[in-house]
Amino acid sequence: MPVEIRIPTVLRPAVGGQSVVKAEGQTIGELLGSLAVEYPAISGQVIGSDGAMHRFVNIYLNDDDVRYLGKLDTKVAEGDVVSILPAVAGGSD
Amino acid sequence: MGVLKISRELVTRMISHALDEYPLEACGLLGGDAEVAKEVYPARNDAASARVYTLNPLDHLKADRAAEAAGHEIIGVYHSHTHSEAYPSQTDVAQAPDPGWHYVLVSLKRRHPVVRSYRIEAGTIVEEDVVEL
Repeated sequence: MPVEIRIPTVLRPAVGGQSVVKAEGQTIGELLGSLAVEYPAISGQVIGSDGAMHRFVNIYLNDDDVRYLGKLDTKVAEGDVVSILPAVAGGSD
Repeated sequence: MGVLKISRELVTRMISHALDEYPLEACGLLGGDAEVAKEVYPARNDAASARVYTLNPLDHLKADRAAEAAGHEIIGVYHSHTHSEAYPSQTDVAQAPDPGWHYVLVSLKRRHPVVRSYRIEAGTIVEEDVVEL
């Protein structure tokens, strides 16, 4: 059951320049795992060595932030769209 | 040297947003193609602070979709410095998410707002020209 994953510009070089890829999995974590198998260069860029989502990445399942769902255990279904976005922050300090 | 091409109307909208949010920092995204900005997408600053900003992720998602629907993509971010110059801070550099983006600063420190744009790659700040379309 392939699910569409939207890739931000900063990560596109790791997936051959594509803006959208498809991956297999029942959960967000499984999707990202199969994505990393197909595109090893993306390993470590979304999920850290501790196995958790990087804090400088936001992942949306359709319109919902997965941090407020089940994080990497969030279930996905056919037709869902997963969006990976860089966290954008800064300031004058 | 890089360049950001942008219309006066879009610059005015960024400045208006910065003034509306004052004394808090305002932030938003730029949609367009490479060096040409075609749209600005004001976003909420989740930090609600005069010194830092965290761009609301849902606003980011909506801007990303709107840019794609218009045949563009997100090409940069803007935010205001309410009491400092239009130059990236250490925080800005440390948290810059994309070396391909334009980083636009709107400074409200002086009587007239100042808008400048930069590239930030591997911790190096390079100012670019802002050219009016």
